[in-house]
Amino acid sequence: MKFGVVVFPGSNCDQDTINVLRNVYGYETLALWHKDTDLHGCDFIFIPGGFSYGDYLRCGAVARFSPIMESIIAFAKNGGYVMGICNGFQVLCEAHLLPGVLLRNDSQKFICKNIFLKPATNNTILTQNIPMDSVLKIPIAHAEGRYFADEATINALEKNNQILFRYCNEDGTVNAVANPNGAINNIAGICNEGRNVFGMMPHPERAAEIHLGNTDGRLIFDSILNNILQTS
Amino acid sequence: MIKFKAHIDIMPMEELLDPQGKVVTQSLHKLGLNEIDHVRIGKHITLTITAASEADAKNKVDDACKKLLANLIMERYSFTLTQV
Repeated sequence: MKFGVVVFPGSNCDQDTINVLRNVYGYETLALWHKDTDLHGCDFIFIPGGFSYGDYLRCGAVARFSPIMESIIAFAKNGGYVMGICNGFQVLCEAHLLPGVLLRNDSQKFICKNIFLKPATNNTILTQNIPMDSVLKIPIAHAEGRYFADEATINALEKNNQILFRYCNEDGTVNAVANPNGAINNIAGICNEGRNVFGMMPHPERAAEIHLGNTDGRLIFDSILNNILQTS
Repeated sequence: MIKFKAHIDIMPMEELLDPQGKVVTQSLHKLGLNEIDHVRIGKHITLTITAASEADAKNKVDDACKKLLANLIMERYSFTLTQV
């Protein structure tokens, strides 16, 4: 089991993600430079948070055309596991590996705080081991996190159980007050139809160590690992 | 070959909330400019393009807008071409 974490100019959560996979979980984890095209046999690719290419033009728009992304798009279309966190989610939307787009937060502010999430499906490797009534405290840190897609796309996502998580309050109630950025239907993360490409705005890699005072993010990593190890 | 300059406007879709435009509208109202409303903020991009004809240039700018400059899920674009 080998993980790859992409490093773009402007990525700033790459080392956090590598630390969790390599040091907390003990798996071989490679940094994949954006100018390279070789995925070095990685089984699961993470696209980390940050400001790839300075968020020029639109978040993720330029990163999508980097050499490594061409390989990742081919890998994902072949069924390979790819997960984008925060800016990584934006990159995956721009690459059309995930539907929709992340718009500027409705408050017009960059928001950096803990929020609460609940799983919306357990039919993905990411959420399978998380009880449906769980409430996870995970930090967000973004200015463009307002998930948007047209009505037909949203209906399809709901119908196919492609919503991974919704923003909720501490008690697990999904409502407008608990929605930090104005995302449609409180959507915090989605997967593709093939259920092998994942994107979420909150940062589980920032909530995976006791030293950081929050280990709720481990539920997500645990679920991924349990299910991948079972199938590989 | 003919050289053209393109002036491209990229705007958030009408039906989408443009929080930046909303904040600027409110700020203009605070300045007493209450007659101004519905500010929407987009991008203006200029570029030069060499093409065999105006139609060819138009196709190429269209391609650039669709593939990179605009995201059609959230934005709409329009442009004008002038020979330089």
